[in-house]
Amino acid sequence: MGSIHLNKVSKVFGDLKVIPSLDLEINEGEFVVFVGPSGCGKSTLLRLIAGLEDLSGGTISIDGNDVTNAPPAKRGLAMVFQSYALYPHMSVRKNIAFPLKMAGEDKATIDKKVEDAARVLNLTDYLERKPGQLSGGQRQRVAIGRAIVRQPTAFLFDEPLSNLDAALRVTMRLEISELHHELGTTMIYVTHDQVEAMTMADKIVVLNRGNIEQVGSPMELYNHPRNLFVAGFIGSPKMNFVEGKDAQAFGAPTIGIRPEHLSYSSSEGAWKGKVGVAEHLGSDTFCHVHTENSGTMTLRVSGEAGLKHGDTIYLTPEESRIHRFDDKGLAIA
Amino acid sequence: MATTQMRTTARLMLAPSVILLLIWMVVPLAATLYYSFQNYSLLNPITSFAGWGNYYYFLTDPAFSSAVVNTLLLVGGVLLISVVGGTFLALLIDQPIFGQGIVRILVISPFFVMPTVAALVWKNMMMNPIYGIFAWLLSLFGLPPIDFFAQIPLLSVTIIVAWQWLPFATLILLTALQSLDGEQIEAAEMDGAGAVSRFIYLVLPHLSRAITVVILIETIFLLSVFAEILVTTNGGPGTATTNLPFLVYTQALLSYDVGVASAGGVIAIIVANIVAFFLMRIVGKNLEA
Repeated sequence: MGSIHLNKVSKVFGDLKVIPSLDLEINEGEFVVFVGPSGCGKSTLLRLIAGLEDLSGGTISIDGNDVTNAPPAKRGLAMVFQSYALYPHMSVRKNIAFPLKMAGEDKATIDKKVEDAARVLNLTDYLERKPGQLSGGQRQRVAIGRAIVRQPTAFLFDEPLSNLDAALRVTMRLEISELHHELGTTMIYVTHDQVEAMTMADKIVVLNRGNIEQVGSPMELYNHPRNLFVAGFIGSPKMNFVEGKDAQAFGAPTIGIRPEHLSYSSSEGAWKGKVGVAEHLGSDTFCHVHTENSGTMTLRVSGEAGLKHGDTIYLTPEESRIHRFDDKGLAIA
Repeated sequence: MATTQMRTTARLMLAPSVILLLIWMVVPLAATLYYSFQNYSLLNPITSFAGWGNYYYFLTDPAFSSAVVNTLLLVGGVLLISVVGGTFLALLIDQPIFGQGIVRILVISPFFVMPTVAALVWKNMMMNPIYGIFAWLLSLFGLPPIDFFAQIPLLSVTIIVAWQWLPFATLILLTALQSLDGEQIEAAEMDGAGAVSRFIYLVLPHLSRAITVVILIETIFLLSVFAEILVTTNGGPGTATTNLPFLVYTQALLSYDVGVASAGGVIAIIVANIVAFFLMRIVGKNLEA
């Protein structure tokens, strides 16, 4: 239960082609993350799957059934919205019970399912409160509770963590991953944050202007980005790109090297540069090095580097970790 | 308002308007109270202290009890029509339709028509049994015309006043509808709620505060409906459309008895306060955040 198949799906708003034409296979039990910059069509794609937007073309099937024209409620999916979309005048209990009540289940069953969901999500003490009296993380959990009581074939998450503070985001990230392992249900998760994508996904779908740039596991995307866009989007800090003569030396029009695959020396190396701003994270230091010919490069150094602003250093890429791209920006195998 | 000096300045600056407002309110009230205890007829230059006589006279007037009932029926009827109809219209014009701007202006326009004009138009062009539109409509089906102001006078007045207040309710409720979070509706759609369930469980609770505001504001104005009655039925037939303000008017300007009219005015204030008290008990809790 929970495989979703998109076949030549497209979406047009007036003259604007948000999604030109797209095929995607989501397998049962997978945690799939749609990631891309804002405006890339990832939320639209999710809403198409949910049935909140009509398709302009193509078909969607869930578990082999064509649901292209089915209303949202008939698709057996549950969605967690960015704003949580809790019903403000209902208590937490009633919020979680709402989908069951709409499905016409009897009171005893509803009570039991709500209690179960509340226990899983640590909400038992808050059942009688209104959403307005809860913290951001608790509201998030209520929204998830409302989704899981229906036992849907798949969960859809629309940037669910973007309204939370950094610390809570990390916690909720873990909780959602934990929930996925516990339930084993297919989950589709939309985010613009590549860290969320990398840490949670079984499969990442990188979107750009409505097109799928690459589909693959996090490590596949990290190690073998198919083009410049994916290479630049996945990984933090961003991959450094080198063009022109410096790149020719490594046998490609453009080469990319991640900050963690650069080494530095004060006397010799491939690229000479001056140290700019250094960001100290404790475990790592990100140095922005202004090179002579290739612009600013980011260098990742483990621990404290001892590099000072204005120092002259030489950077050398790790040969086996260089990504080579052709004129069209596609990776050279 | 941090320092004492600033607070004093603020009070000084506010004082003229506050004093003016106070005079505006207190002087007529005091005058009404004073005259309500005087034997004061416009036909008789000699005034004297009347004690509770004016009140006794007004309260025992056979028209009084029917006036109270008429007042409440009129307020209740108009509230019912304007809130239910206003919700319906607001839902309708909230939909994306062709010519939305013009439709909205048209819906809101009755509010700009003066009460006397509106009542005259309704009386002479809509409800007239001989050449009114309703009479013509009925004649299309071979039905006899209704003589609105003779057969259903209070209902006719209620319809006219409701027509005037419908735009106000629609406007307030429309703005409330527009502030409803679209994601909540979508969430309910995903949760399997149909249009009716969404209306009952989401839209109506969201509108409750706006509906309360509509009810409270309209009640203030509806308790003192006067022009529509004067223009259409003159309180009749008999006392069928006489409400409290109209009864006060008949005492003051038809019977020339200022004392009794003032007593009536004071009683109208008391009735209004009783209505306000019950209203606040019933719907006031919706205003709490």
